[in-house]
Amino acid sequence: MKRSGAVWSWFWMILGILYFFLPLVATFLFSLRAKLGILSFLAYQQLFTDDDFIKGFSFSVLWGVLTIIVGILIFVPTAYWVRLRLPQFRTAVEFITLLPFVVPAIVFVFGLVRTFSHPPFLIVDSPALLVAGYTVLSMPYMYRSIDTGLRAIDVRTLTEAAQSLGADWATILFRIILPNIRVAILSGAFLSFAIVMGEYILAQYLAKPAFAPFLAFLIQQKAYEPAAATVVSFALTWACMGIINLFGRGRGQAPIAGGH
Amino acid sequence: MIHLTLSNISKEYGSTTVVQDFNLEVEKGEFVSFLGPSGCGKTTTLRMVAGFEIPTTGTITMDGVDITKNAPNQRNVGMIFQAYALFPNMTVAQNIGFGLQIRRESKSVIKQRVEEMLALIRLERHADKYPFQLSGGQQQRVALARALANQPQVLLLDEPLSALDAKIRVQLRAEIRAIQRKTGITAIFVTHDQEEALSISDRVVVMYEGKMEQVGTPFEIYNFPQTAFVANFVGTLNMAAAEVTDPAKNLISIDGIQMESAEDLKDKQKGDKVNIAIRPERFSFASDGKKANVMDCRIENITFLGSVVRIRVSIGDTKFNMDTFNNPFLELPKIGDTSQVTCSREAVLVLKN
Repeated sequence: MKRSGAVWSWFWMILGILYFFLPLVATFLFSLRAKLGILSFLAYQQLFTDDDFIKGFSFSVLWGVLTIIVGILIFVPTAYWVRLRLPQFRTAVEFITLLPFVVPAIVFVFGLVRTFSHPPFLIVDSPALLVAGYTVLSMPYMYRSIDTGLRAIDVRTLTEAAQSLGADWATILFRIILPNIRVAILSGAFLSFAIVMGEYILAQYLAKPAFAPFLAFLIQQKAYEPAAATVVSFALTWACMGIINLFGRGRGQAPIAGGH
Repeated sequence: MIHLTLSNISKEYGSTTVVQDFNLEVEKGEFVSFLGPSGCGKTTTLRMVAGFEIPTTGTITMDGVDITKNAPNQRNVGMIFQAYALFPNMTVAQNIGFGLQIRRESKSVIKQRVEEMLALIRLERHADKYPFQLSGGQQQRVALARALANQPQVLLLDEPLSALDAKIRVQLRAEIRAIQRKTGITAIFVTHDQEEALSISDRVVVMYEGKMEQVGTPFEIYNFPQTAFVANFVGTLNMAAAEVTDPAKNLISIDGIQMESAEDLKDKQKGDKVNIAIRPERFSFASDGKKANVMDCRIENITFLGSVVRIRVSIGDTKFNMDTFNNPFLELPKIGDTSQVTCSREAVLVLKN
């Protein structure tokens, strides 16, 4: 009985791995066949020298970083304040942070376009709207990571200790709270980054030259480069995951234990 | 010289009153404890001095300046928490120097002051460690140094020893007191542990249900408790309901057993009900020649507590505990024996309520 159970677990696991990796491996192999008859990195070469790729990629990296900065500036003080002074609103705030999972991105983007394409909010062309949109999309990851980080430290007592030593709110946030939830913020940040890098709908409908729309465009035009771009984009996401894990592992030794 | 004054302080949350009509004057360099069970308002009162809570009514003045509504970071107070509250991302030295840095002291001043503080708490060798590398007792000493580095006008300690184990607790208690004496700082210490309060303080404020029950030196609080609550909360105590039998001669009776008190009962009438209290250590077995308050008793139980032997006796229908110091040659009675116990007139405390 036990033996057959183990066999089945292995079966399902291998099936899962195949399901996940086969297309990826196939894509990778396909991306190497740009030169007839031999395996080569020609597709990657062409991709990396394509001006549109560089433009789209660097555009997404830039807005990804901006999204992270805006996200930190909004969500750290919010999560901090909710924990410190408004614990009764925690459930409500948590619900709000989950909304991007509930509202389809396409609905969200049409909402944005409708609202911000005529006065008094004529900012549909501004990159600020894109960053704002990305910030909303990254909210579930960012806010929750930060909130988990705050849970690990004794926010209230640390705040009071700093206050009685003369610190103001800015000092408390930047010198006490932020450094102690650094790991949590980083993991939220990398997740947000991965989201922005792969985000298609928002960039497409707001007509921004981001990485994902470029990829979509590429697929319609070429054969091998899209495969190469897909592999690159996967590698990037995995790199982000790896970095999160790296920082997460440091948690054990890092002085993050908090008040108790 | 009066240093800190709390007058007519009360604190309400909605319809619940947490602290009511709190009045206290603290002298410079005095060590005052707020003692009481949890929920008695002692921590709330301390937090009002720290500025974390604003009193509903009343004023707090420090050196003559009204600070009732000042924000915590605008008062010069040092606060010690039960949970230590050291900043986990900073070393011991950085923690101690934090307040000075906020005040924009020069690097050399900070360095010198941090070294002084480290010497004071005897942790010079741990300056570059992080809080999580220290024991609880060490962390609390760092918290003390951090609070004192700013040279606050008053040091507030909120159950600072409650998270520590018994032995460290007693050690650190003595150390806190020694450092307080050395620096001459005014200190308010909140605790629910009566032994802690009695051993560390110049004065103790016993609180119950938001009210001050009694204020006095540890000696006064222990020996002359004024209310039933204080008598009960501070130390172990025998309490009994009695009736005044002769106000002129200070005579009372407990279920018909006559006792004489040293307290003045002239304002009482014959037949008035009073509560009396007698400390267990004030009883002894009656030897010949004693006349006052000699009572027949029956030995109910004997408990060996180490330095003390606690004997439970029944006098009439009332049971009393009697403590006697242990010594190897002590001849203890047996359970069920009858004997005679006595206590002095002064030992019979008549409580005010």
